[in-house]
Amino acid sequence: MSAVREGTRQVMAWLHGWTGLALGWVLFVMCLAGTMSVFKPEISRWMRPEATASAGRVEAINAATRWLAANAPKSAGWYLTAPDDRANNVEATYDSGGDYVARALDPVSGAPVARETLGGEFFYRLHFELELPYPWGRWLASIVALTMLTALVTGIIAHRRIFRDFFTFRPRKGQRSWLDGHNALGVLAMPFHLMITFSGLVTLASLNMPWGIVANYGNDLAAAFHDLAPGAVDRPAAGRPGTLAPIAPMLREAERRFGGAPFSRVSIANPGDAASVVTVYRSDAAQIGATTAEVSFDGPSGRVIGAWAETRPAVGTYAVIYGLHMGRFANGVLRWLYFLGGAMLTLAVASGMILWVVKRRERAPLSLANRIVERLNVGVIAGVPIGFAAYLCANRLLPPGLVDRAQLEVTIALDAAGVALLVALAVPPRLGWPLLLGVLASLCLASPVVGGGLSYLSQALARGDAVLPMADALLVGVALTALACMRTVTRKRADIRRPARARAIA
Amino acid sequence: MGARAVDRRGWRYRGNVAARVLAGTIGAYTVASCLAMAVARLSAGGRIDGVIAGTLCAYLAVPAVAIWAFLARGTWRAWGGVVVLVALFGALAWMIGPPAR
Repeated sequence: MSAVREGTRQVMAWLHGWTGLALGWVLFVMCLAGTMSVFKPEISRWMRPEATASAGRVEAINAATRWLAANAPKSAGWYLTAPDDRANNVEATYDSGGDYVARALDPVSGAPVARETLGGEFFYRLHFELELPYPWGRWLASIVALTMLTALVTGIIAHRRIFRDFFTFRPRKGQRSWLDGHNALGVLAMPFHLMITFSGLVTLASLNMPWGIVANYGNDLAAAFHDLAPGAVDRPAAGRPGTLAPIAPMLREAERRFGGAPFSRVSIANPGDAASVVTVYRSDAAQIGATTAEVSFDGPSGRVIGAWAETRPAVGTYAVIYGLHMGRFANGVLRWLYFLGGAMLTLAVASGMILWVVKRRERAPLSLANRIVERLNVGVIAGVPIGFAAYLCANRLLPPGLVDRAQLEVTIALDAAGVALLVALAVPPRLGWPLLLGVLASLCLASPVVGGGLSYLSQALARGDAVLPMADALLVGVALTALACMRTVTRKRADIRRPARARAIA
Repeated sequence: MGARAVDRRGWRYRGNVAARVLAGTIGAYTVASCLAMAVARLSAGGRIDGVIAGTLCAYLAVPAVAIWAFLARGTWRAWGGVVVLVALFGALAWMIGPPAR
């Protein structure tokens, strides 16, 4: 009585299967949302089709602070991300007497754009917070990522022929084909899979592996964060009102100190206070490592009160791993490779979960537990994309200016995915697959059209803006893929299912 | 297949799997945590350098220990390995003590 299975490979395959099954559904959500996040600024642009104004980053931040000074002067902090070659609006997070809100600010007027939406931020947050309150979502994401790391390593060890799997695909052979597909997806992008899982864990390190900090700092968390970011100027509010000096000279001075590199983020602590602090951060779009360079200014006078550029090797190592995960440095082809890698990982997870069921179905009739797994697979693999597509349709259909519009979009996304999951649990998979794939295809086809979508398309084409047409084309591509899958599922039932059933009866 | 050689029924098998699951999850994370502490304190650089080195190493311990937990001959050996590593890294971290400053 020793191992769970006889033989190293068998144990690895067993462990790979169970680690994959245990959290596979959450992993699928994380992978898909993460893949979407590669194009976070582009999704945000698609979701704000009227907000096409553009301005230089200095002018845009200037306009944003002017509007915020008039409309959120008592705020504890304004956190602004400047427009760049990918985003045209200022992304702002601020509080105006209550909770923090996230808004896209028009780069010319500085006011929030009419179509209030989280845009691509929804997918980004979902990727590691899973719509759960802090810190539970991040903890769950960490546990899933650790499980994923084990699933990847065991999957690799379970393998006999890494190289041959590059070229092996035997279609229309049931379990064999699913296994070949799963292997190819896993093996072809294996370095990406390992990198993205490991670096993902590192991005949440202070939450999921705080023990190094405990060992060297004890309870003094503030000291640890100060050592990690020694440049941060943390000055308490004076309690007296104050006015911000013009911000444009500060931004230019910061860029001069960055050696001409552009800034990307600006934070203004206690903006209406006599002790306000303006901190300007260098953009990390031109480097792999997300290393910090920042300059802090005394808000009312505009005097420099702190400057810091990270050069320490250990922190630099951390910043490179972090930067590799965020992929903000990736331009052009590299960005599409990130997207492709993420898509392959998402499909590897999905095919793995389907394989779990297919493998067992070909051996014997499915147990009750595996029949539930099969239905959950339908509900998650088709239902989560349905939620995402519903989010995009809601963005087009909800009128601009609606109260709590951004939250309503998210609610619609979650409800649509939830309903899809319930439907998948209620009906047999042979109905559930084509039904949900059909709904997904319809939503993907509808999203570029409904709510005046076609006029946005023609406006974008007239402007020479490629983002919106490309997104529309991708949506149509997803719809066609879903329709093709739907056809395959219905045809397969006719071809394969019958002999299998005949065998079971015999 | 060799799978036939393992009797997969009964509480003995379930207990075996459960013990290994615990060793491969809570055990693996405990090993990783102790490794993070030991490397953090061992590191020659500044306090934060040690933290980063320790944290990065720690993640690698999780799949390694999880695999050990299921490959080891017998649950006692599986848990034995976990306990030895926790003791080793824990003792190392404890003996070095927190860094000055």
